[in-house]
Amino acid sequence: MKRVQFSHPLMPYMLLLPQLAIVGVFFLWPAAEAIRASFYLEDPFGFGSTFVGLDNFKDVVSASEYSRTAWFTLIFSAAVTFFSLSIALLLAVKADNVIKGASTYRTLLMWVYAIAPPVAGLVGVMLFDQHIGPLNDLAHALGWNMQIGVNYFDTAFAMTVIAVWKQIPINFIFFLSGLQSVPKSVQEAAAVDCRSSSRRFWTVTFPLLAPTSFFLLIINITYALFDTFGIIDLVLKGEPGNNPVTLVYKVFLDGFRGNDLGGSSAQSVILMILVFALTVVQFRMIERRVHYS
Amino acid sequence: MKRSQFWDHTILVLGALFMLVPVVYALMTSSHDAVSIYKEGLQLSPGGHFVDTYKQVLTEAGGFTKSVTGLTMLWNSLVLGLGFAFGKIIISMLAAYAIVYFRFPLGTFFFWIIFSTLLLPLEVRILPSYEIVQGLGMANTYSGLIIPLIASATGTFYFRQFFKSVPDELVEAARIDGAGPLKFFIDILVPLSKTMIAAIFIIMFVFGWNQYLWPTLITTDESLFTLVRGMKQILQVWIGAQIPDTNQAMALAVLAMLPPVLIVVIFQSWFVKGLVESEK
Repeated sequence: MKRVQFSHPLMPYMLLLPQLAIVGVFFLWPAAEAIRASFYLEDPFGFGSTFVGLDNFKDVVSASEYSRTAWFTLIFSAAVTFFSLSIALLLAVKADNVIKGASTYRTLLMWVYAIAPPVAGLVGVMLFDQHIGPLNDLAHALGWNMQIGVNYFDTAFAMTVIAVWKQIPINFIFFLSGLQSVPKSVQEAAAVDCRSSSRRFWTVTFPLLAPTSFFLLIINITYALFDTFGIIDLVLKGEPGNNPVTLVYKVFLDGFRGNDLGGSSAQSVILMILVFALTVVQFRMIERRVHYS
Repeated sequence: MKRSQFWDHTILVLGALFMLVPVVYALMTSSHDAVSIYKEGLQLSPGGHFVDTYKQVLTEAGGFTKSVTGLTMLWNSLVLGLGFAFGKIIISMLAAYAIVYFRFPLGTFFFWIIFSTLLLPLEVRILPSYEIVQGLGMANTYSGLIIPLIASATGTFYFRQFFKSVPDELVEAARIDGAGPLKFFIDILVPLSKTMIAAIFIIMFVFGWNQYLWPTLITTDESLFTLVRGMKQILQVWIGAQIPDTNQAMALAVLAMLPPVLIVVIFQSWFVKGLVESEK
């Protein structure tokens, strides 16, 4: 907060009113409604609902399909996070290293940030297509009979590749700006002490990047959980069948297709707790970073 | 030194190609005709149907969508992107100004209410959000499309961080000169925030343009479809066709990515600065 502040009887409320109104109607109300609905069993024909306590949660968690989805979400998130972070870090280190063409490389590696996940999904589906897709041809040439949309693993593979492709740019931007903020004096001192550039990277530069990496870790997990919805929806072409889906996609399927309001809400609440935990961790990281810098 | 730079460049070129090639496929394929794509697969070289394809998807209804042209979808995307960016910036600047520059009862309480929105993304509360917005009669309207998306406090958070970094001396000087809070905001704070506003505008425009889940739920009327929202319908029609119009599907994908990509590339330094600064 500011040391010097204004005091005015009405103005601060007037300034806050639009934001508070929108937050109240379109955030607090639906969030409260999701929590309420998770404890009720809705009549499918719309004739009221009954309080069932934690039954929705028990049903959700005990369903074998849910644990299968949860496992897939975990592996998918881990794979997307790991590959998009490590590829972006490698590229950022190289882009920070080169003297010629640094800004051209920066542009070429970051612009995909602007492409929406479902658009990436559409192009991805075409590239992996069994009739016209070059990636499918490539897989066949390598002896892999790839069948996106039919084979569980192949579908998961395509989703992961597209999701990683879409996420590299933002990680690259943050890693590069982290690398560029490492003081020149530190780099030069390290260069005098140690000739091996890879050792220099892991013992000096990488620890200095730790705050950026933690921050990106949370961002990437959140991305893999939520923002990949458009990619998954396009790769599945609206027919999930026996294919892998993430937890968020299942909330959508059960709520809008299955009309299972209570179950869908219970799943929402479980995800809320998960996101809440992630956000608390993220805020603590930010606080810590502010203290050190 | 030379040797290691050579490998640096090799890796960077490979990385750049990995990002570029899928989009080159989309762009080049959109310039061929449907039959030759069906026979020969996706294309990496330019074909002769570039103008035809784009003219068709932009101006003719039918094919992928029953009643709506690419131009209408482009317009809807623009309305969503601009409406979202403007709305978010105005509302969050006002709120951040109140939070940072005023002392008033319940100030901290309101602060936490607004920031609680950062805890729960739309995806975990989609079903009740949909029902409430529909109950308010806002389904299939621009306001129902845009306003609920503004509820998240990201913009307020960015502006709060920025306002906190503005020197206190400015407020003192303004008060000595007899400027009230409104005058200070309009004459000093807004001009000072110009770069920040531009950076956030770019980020928010791209974010709004690229929305998918919310538009999918709330707009069922095709005349309100955005390009990004239309992707799934385009794909479904594409799958169902005998000889699919892959060129047209790719052309619509190219149209959906072109404006945000151009903005991010042209205003790159603002965009990167806004993105990195705002997370501090």
